[in-house]
Amino acid sequence: MTPTPEQDFDALVESDQRVEPRDWMPEGYRKTLVRQIAQHAHSEIIGMQPEGNWIGRAPSLRRKAILLAKVQDEAGHGLYLYSAAETLGVDRSELLDLLHAGKQRYSSIFNYPTLTWADMGAIGWLVDGAAIVNQVPICRCSYGPYARAMVRICKEESFHQRQGFEILHTLSHGTPAQHEMAQDAVNRWWWPSLMMFGPPDDQSPNSAQSMAWRIKRFSNDELRQKFVDMTVPQSQVLGLTPPDPDLHLDEETGHWRFGEIDWSEFFAVLKGDGPCNQDRIEHRRRAHDEGAWVRDAASAYAEKHRARSEGVA
Amino acid sequence: MSDTLLAPDVATYALRLGDDALVLAQRLGEWVANAPQLEEDVALANIALDLLGQARSLLTYAGASEGQGRTEDDLAFLRDERAFVNVTMVEIANGDFGVTMARQLCFSTYQLGLYDVLRASSDETLAGVAGKAVKEVAYHRDHATQWVLRLGDGTDESHNRMQAGLERVWPHVDELFEADDLERRLSATGVGVDTSTLRAPWDAYVDGVLARAGLTRPDASWLAAGGRRGLHTEAFGHLLAEMQHLHRSHPGASW
Repeated sequence: MTPTPEQDFDALVESDQRVEPRDWMPEGYRKTLVRQIAQHAHSEIIGMQPEGNWIGRAPSLRRKAILLAKVQDEAGHGLYLYSAAETLGVDRSELLDLLHAGKQRYSSIFNYPTLTWADMGAIGWLVDGAAIVNQVPICRCSYGPYARAMVRICKEESFHQRQGFEILHTLSHGTPAQHEMAQDAVNRWWWPSLMMFGPPDDQSPNSAQSMAWRIKRFSNDELRQKFVDMTVPQSQVLGLTPPDPDLHLDEETGHWRFGEIDWSEFFAVLKGDGPCNQDRIEHRRRAHDEGAWVRDAASAYAEKHRARSEGVA
Repeated sequence: MSDTLLAPDVATYALRLGDDALVLAQRLGEWVANAPQLEEDVALANIALDLLGQARSLLTYAGASEGQGRTEDDLAFLRDERAFVNVTMVEIANGDFGVTMARQLCFSTYQLGLYDVLRASSDETLAGVAGKAVKEVAYHRDHATQWVLRLGDGTDESHNRMQAGLERVWPHVDELFEADDLERRLSATGVGVDTSTLRAPWDAYVDGVLARAGLTRPDASWLAAGGRRGLHTEAFGHLLAEMQHLHRSHPGASW
């Protein structure tokens, strides 16, 4: 008996091979991927704002160059990811419209403000660090274009994480004012970074299906623990203290146990009530609207020249 | 040794070229997360990075030639407005994308001409910087050219905005080619470039682009001057305030 397309798909996923754009896929799989890849792409471009906020003020030319390169990488990640989403039959402008209308999300972490230079360090070390833990397993995601985009992105993210660590290391071992700036940034970014892995497993409705489809490989809580285990020893090297009095090493398991996360804050920010939700979207809409005439001009020019070259031919 | 005699001139000259690159990089950095489309966020950041790289080499060399131990950061963050010797074109506020592309076309055409000659400088460091930068700036000019063509020959609105962008930038064009004694001395010894010789090829290239784009070469009603002598626009003080404040708030700190 010839297998049905669905059986083919299941077998493909089961055997850890990649689903490619032309393969049959269940509608739910396609929708889940569009939602997740778009959210990821949006996070990259919204994430350019809090860091872009410091390009003009970077305290040395070397730091300015690194930060510019980093924010440029994020724009590039946005491009790969929108392209990956486009293989699923949506286009970038549609996805941007959904973002601007508040109908698709981006990572809530970018709804916190970057108040000092040390926040560039904390974002690199903690936020990019958490993103790497989240994203490395996606390099083995069942959907080929997403997995391949993620391989490239993860390489760059690990550079971002190191530069963040280095910023904080320099500040922590610098003047007392610099050390204080670094500790303050860690105090503000620590808990939101732990929230980046999403709600606890028992409150994460979409996780089971994503795991079955091999879009997701580990649960939110597993990834969060992995991040904490990786990060606490680094904080000791930095000479900075995570703002969690309950943080301790569980000698038996070797895991760092952390205190309770304030999920009411997470859900409030997710709902739109974070310190920068409104600013981030307004900024995006403004840049997009102000650029409309430029995009229109490019299309009009392309159209004219196509018509002219056809006229000649 | 003529090198020793020339050193203060070379320091000033490297500072001029370095300030041009630094200030334009600072302006272009303002576009990041504000560009009309994601590809332009990437492109403008890329151009800013190229310019910043040039600035860092040139300021470092200026500090070394000056011989007072000033680093690239000392020069970038601890000088006041009147000590900056960039041309005023690079400090013009970004305005809309039309103004930015007009500024980019005018400046990169000038800078490409300059670096192209400077590649043969008898000063090895300047020749080296120019040799690397000439490839970068060829891309900057191409990028600006493509946009000026698209905006000039796109929609009515884009045509009008592109023309307005040129009008905004044009008063700062003549200043690019204002050679002074220092430049003439350095050009006579094969170290620097006499910018007045760059004017004719500049006109030919830019006029060609404007003609293809259906744009009109503006007639400047006034002419900016004096950037090389530390005379800047009002906007420039604000640019420096933003760029320098953090560095200056922590005297002596390392970053």
